[in-house]
Amino acid sequence: MKHFAIAGLMAATALPAMAQETMVIGVSIPAATHGWAGGMNFHAQEAVDRLEEVYPQLDFVLATASDPAKQVNDIEDMLATRDIDALVVLPFESEPLTGPVAAVADSGAWVTVVDRGLAQEGIEDLYVAGDNSGFGRVSGEYMRSALPDGGKIVALRGIPTTIDNERVAGFEEAIEGSGIEVLDMEHGNWNRDDSFTVMQDFLSKHGEIDAVWASDDDMAIGVLAAIEAAGRDDVQFVLGGAGMKEMIRRTADGDAMIPANVTYPPAMIGTAIELTAVGLTSSAPVSGTFTIGSVLVTQDNAEDYYFPDSPF
Amino acid sequence: MSAASADTNPGARSGPALDLRVLGPILALAVLVLTGAMLNDNFLSYANITNVLSRSAFIGIIAVGMTFVITSGGLDLSVGSMAAFIAGLMILVMNGLLPTLGPGVALVLVGMAAALATGLVAGFVNGFLITTMRIEAFIVTLGTMGIYRSLVTWLADGGTLSLDFGMRTVIRPIYYDGILGISWPIIVFALVAVAGEVIMRRAAFGRHAAAVGSNDQVARYSSVNVDRVRMLTYVFLGILVGVATIMYVPRLGSASSSTGVLWELEAIAAVIIGGTMLKGGFGRVWGTVIGVLILSLIDNILNLTDGVSPYLNGAIQGVIIILAVILQRERKADA
Repeated sequence: MKHFAIAGLMAATALPAMAQETMVIGVSIPAATHGWAGGMNFHAQEAVDRLEEVYPQLDFVLATASDPAKQVNDIEDMLATRDIDALVVLPFESEPLTGPVAAVADSGAWVTVVDRGLAQEGIEDLYVAGDNSGFGRVSGEYMRSALPDGGKIVALRGIPTTIDNERVAGFEEAIEGSGIEVLDMEHGNWNRDDSFTVMQDFLSKHGEIDAVWASDDDMAIGVLAAIEAAGRDDVQFVLGGAGMKEMIRRTADGDAMIPANVTYPPAMIGTAIELTAVGLTSSAPVSGTFTIGSVLVTQDNAEDYYFPDSPF
Repeated sequence: MSAASADTNPGARSGPALDLRVLGPILALAVLVLTGAMLNDNFLSYANITNVLSRSAFIGIIAVGMTFVITSGGLDLSVGSMAAFIAGLMILVMNGLLPTLGPGVALVLVGMAAALATGLVAGFVNGFLITTMRIEAFIVTLGTMGIYRSLVTWLADGGTLSLDFGMRTVIRPIYYDGILGISWPIIVFALVAVAGEVIMRRAAFGRHAAAVGSNDQVARYSSVNVDRVRMLTYVFLGILVGVATIMYVPRLGSASSSTGVLWELEAIAAVIIGGTMLKGGFGRVWGTVIGVLILSLIDNILNLTDGVSPYLNGAIQGVIIILAVILQRERKADA
């Protein structure tokens, strides 16, 4: 906080005279290993390109890592060779990244952490967070309104992680006492093929399923293919999540099987980079926690969440 | 009974498949089927059996090829990534030619040819680096595994490659339809397995593969062209990965960086469960088929039953894989 205030003040006062004094923002994110991360990479690149135009005094270093160890190396390199003034990091895993990011903070640089928190509190200056229990809650509330008389549903979970646990807990809390019965829950690992297989088995096991909480759009695609192949017409709708463009398109077009979506926007990396840039170049305070809510997308507002250029 | 004499030198050579250890994988499979039938009434239903067999086909077709590679003393870790890469390429080729050829059988055939050709080239590259450049198979295929995985991520721009919607209805029947109620993936899997079994048992190539895996020096002195045999096993495996991909793409019409993850390990596990030796010298194609079925039945049964925490699925799979192999080893010791 103190560092930031001083840096901000210096930037604000010194800027007109010393426009050539460039500041470097390092951005370290996981590589595009699945759909959501692909979208996140796209939005990070887009934010960097755009902000380099807006702020000529800012330089950006963008590094993508395929595992936590590589990300640690990236961050160490940024600090050692690029002398970064700020770091925007979406940690691959909390534990291994906590030490290296703390070292960046100790060097006096501004630290913005995105989505996944660090294992130790108080390291970062700004935390831009997705709301996982909110994601589950919004999904559960939609389920409740779509099945007012209750019903039998099955749910697919992601890769076993805290993220997944928070989402499921939020969902279960929201549907409590609504008469909605969760027949079954299995891990589809945020993967189309796995969710296809799990849904095929759910369809063999349960003769009557009213709706599916696929909890993710990649999994929703697998689920829809399994339902179609089985020729079952008892399933009224599938609720995905995260806002994949193809699924948002179907919601916008009024597809009865995909009536809604719940966002968990990969563009939150853009929010984080933008806020960091604002913090470095102006005196506007941006420290603290910025929680990005999960929003219910229906046919009425789907166009606002449709990004045709994004890979996700 | 040449089995007895063969077993005096365990590990190096094996006799005809009539010895007692053939019972291991069959027993494991039978136990699984019985368990499934007891736990859920729908387990033996036509729909469930079709589901399980169809989804086994991808790994199964690849595992038949893997049986030959392992029998000749090799290993291929790249098949999962290779499948993802071929799937991505097949989708791109079909999407790219859609405006000129239009949605139809011709375009499907072009896509299939592209998949087979890519598989052949990819298998050749692995085989070339291993035989001609004399690099360890583990290292070569670990390298190509990373290369194909990155290439498909790059082709998809980090997202997902999806087949054009107009094409999906044309290509869908390859996975979902069939003849006489048996779906195409099952038919193709069966044909590949039977052909593989015949080649392994009756053809010179099968004997050569086992000889090379058992002792390549001796094989060389017996005028077996060792490099050619090794090369062919990788090329065949590459082509079979192409065949598996042809079955895979119609299912969801998409490929991404998460396609085919860990297929290589599933295929290798199926081969070993089936009784083929990891260090080479002896291969059993029908055992591989049983290994594949065991692996997909475990998943299926875990999904059909309650009471087991889904967190433990991996542990149960691990236990059953190890048990299936132990069962064989004990039978072998008895013999």
